[in-house]
Amino acid sequence: MSTSTVTLGKALNMGLRRAMEDDSKVLLMGEDIGKLGGVFRITDGLQKDFGEDRVIDTPLAESGILGTAVGLAMRGFRPVVEIQFDGFVYPAYDQIVCQVAKLHARSRGRLPMSIVIRIPFGGGIGAVEHHSESPEAYFAHTAGLKVVACSNPVDAYWMIQQSIKHPDPIVFFEPKRRYWEKADLDTEATPEPLFASRLVREGSQVTVLAYGPMVKTALQAASAAQEEGISVEVVDLRTVSPLDMGPVLDSVRRTGRCVVVHEAPANLGLGAELSARITESCFFDLEAPVLRVGGYDTPYPPSKLEEDYLPDLDRVLEAVDRSLAF
Amino acid sequence: MSEVPELAQPGFEPNPFAPHHDPIGEGSAPVDEQSPIDQPELVQLLTPEGERVEHPDYSIDLTTEEIQGLYRDLALVRRVDVEATALQRQGELGIWASLLGQEAAQIGAGRALQPDDMAFPTYREHGVAWCRGIDPMSIIGLFRGCDSGSWDPVETKFNLYTIVIGAQTLHAVGYAMGMQRDAGPGACLAFFGDGATSQGDVNEAFVFAAVFDAPVVFFCQNNQYAISEPIEKQTRIPLYRRASGFGFPGIRVDGNDVLAVLAVTRRALEAARSGQGPTLIEAYTYRMGAHTTSDDPSRYRLASEMEAWKLKDPIERLKAYLIRSGQADAAFFESIDAESDELAAHIRKATVEMPDPDPVSMFNNTYAEITPELAEQRDTFVAYQAGFSEEASQV
Repeated sequence: MSTSTVTLGKALNMGLRRAMEDDSKVLLMGEDIGKLGGVFRITDGLQKDFGEDRVIDTPLAESGILGTAVGLAMRGFRPVVEIQFDGFVYPAYDQIVCQVAKLHARSRGRLPMSIVIRIPFGGGIGAVEHHSESPEAYFAHTAGLKVVACSNPVDAYWMIQQSIKHPDPIVFFEPKRRYWEKADLDTEATPEPLFASRLVREGSQVTVLAYGPMVKTALQAASAAQEEGISVEVVDLRTVSPLDMGPVLDSVRRTGRCVVVHEAPANLGLGAELSARITESCFFDLEAPVLRVGGYDTPYPPSKLEEDYLPDLDRVLEAVDRSLAF
Repeated sequence: MSEVPELAQPGFEPNPFAPHHDPIGEGSAPVDEQSPIDQPELVQLLTPEGERVEHPDYSIDLTTEEIQGLYRDLALVRRVDVEATALQRQGELGIWASLLGQEAAQIGAGRALQPDDMAFPTYREHGVAWCRGIDPMSIIGLFRGCDSGSWDPVETKFNLYTIVIGAQTLHAVGYAMGMQRDAGPGACLAFFGDGATSQGDVNEAFVFAAVFDAPVVFFCQNNQYAISEPIEKQTRIPLYRRASGFGFPGIRVDGNDVLAVLAVTRRALEAARSGQGPTLIEAYTYRMGAHTTSDDPSRYRLASEMEAWKLKDPIERLKAYLIRSGQADAAFFESIDAESDELAAHIRKATVEMPDPDPVSMFNNTYAEITPELAEQRDTFVAYQAGFSEEASQV
């Protein structure tokens, strides 16, 4: 039986397992990923089955994890690194930006840098500070890195495997508050390409762009809008860098209106880049400026306030209304 | 400084290094008044005067040809360095990081490497590069601004230069962990300086190497300065003693003694290859030149300090030994001088004739396969550049 109902977290676990079975050069590295199976249990059972040499409980040092992953990648391994929480990636930022991202170019393609950096990201789980951040723009801004974000169990299963097979370093964002979302997963299906955006709900009046945890929010907003007679189209970007603008521009040319949603602060976030590109490519098709719904330009607030900080169904609908009012 | 200092102290004194770097004369005590308790051994097989001495733990037995070969290495890499510095002064290189004074540390370490070993340099290891068979022009090309180092790090087993201080020590440990996992032969040799020991990455590299028992040797060239900051701005204890806190051996070697460096590094690499884990080597040496050609050391150190270290010059002491022991005659040194002149002439000619890189090449290799959006940027760039040549042809 190749189809089962699984959570997003379990789908990642299954994807990692399959990638390790397919290629003995795949290694997992991170804090607490062995016996514990990771704080979110994404690597549950893998050390038991693949051993401590392939599922490596590392010292508590993020730069050390990424720096040693670089050396392993040079040696021909495919390290898959788990950063425990989004806000803990910054000690590794130098290794990621200065080394991981650049070594392929600096070595004229001689040094392979097949590293996947898994980062559970975003808020909505009532966590303490540094556990709810959305740092994707920092990485999308860096040439040499690719950045993807899965939004559902099926994508999680396939995208993690595709990322591990991919020759370039990839920052793989996992929507931590959606780890427990379920879907039917067919492990024999043919996956979609990794760096492809996807139309996930058809509509005619406004295009909503989202990725990671905000795809579900966008879909909920589209359903709510429909009850009021407003037709909202939703595109799941899936890839944040490089952007796959084809499906985005197709949609915006039809609807003439676009709202971008992400948890990260709107200022200089992905919404700004998408807005610029949409404006450059389909200026005369637009009926309204591209609008952004994002986090505010504050530190991520204490959890009692996070519902006020995070974009939700109502804020998306409010932006849809503003777009339609132009 | 009159002697290579013995710096280890039992602890508590606030700054055991201060007297050694006290050019304005405000230090509390001269070197020889410090307590001799727990003084560390500094491994030396050749005195500054060129006298061959024995050490209870480290010995080396080289043929005359091998010792002559070391002399040739030292002399030629110094000539490369002198020429590169001159070329920078003439505007041919953007910058140059001189190895002057550190030749023995680098040649000793470089010649300890076996073919299966992998070296991870900073940006100053021109001598190690030489031992790995890398064309000096590849290094000069980097400092001229043509590329990021054109040698093949896989083929030469010499990683690209790493500019970010200490970052490469983690790469070395990771690569060594890979050697463990694919049961490959060899060990890694990670280079860094005294300043780098303050970096988090170097300390994390020590932790990872220790807990995973990685086959890596940490080779610290303590050249006394991190640009302008003397060693006491980095540490209160001798650097080699840091290793004990991480749980592996540390050893200090006279970094201006090529025989001692070779012996100590060989031993440490052999230990790493045979599963005994990491060693920290502190090669005690002196940066006789500036940090780079952009630096002015006269602002932060006295000429007298430099003069004292000149007496410990790594090349002169090997020359003295070769002469004293009758292992080389005037003809040998003349032949090295001639080879050196020839190399220098080649470097000067090849540098000025070095072509600029193709502008479009900056788009290459950002990714394994160019992305559609980057290809679009590249094509726009090409068309934009072509516009200028069309304009020129119309004039």
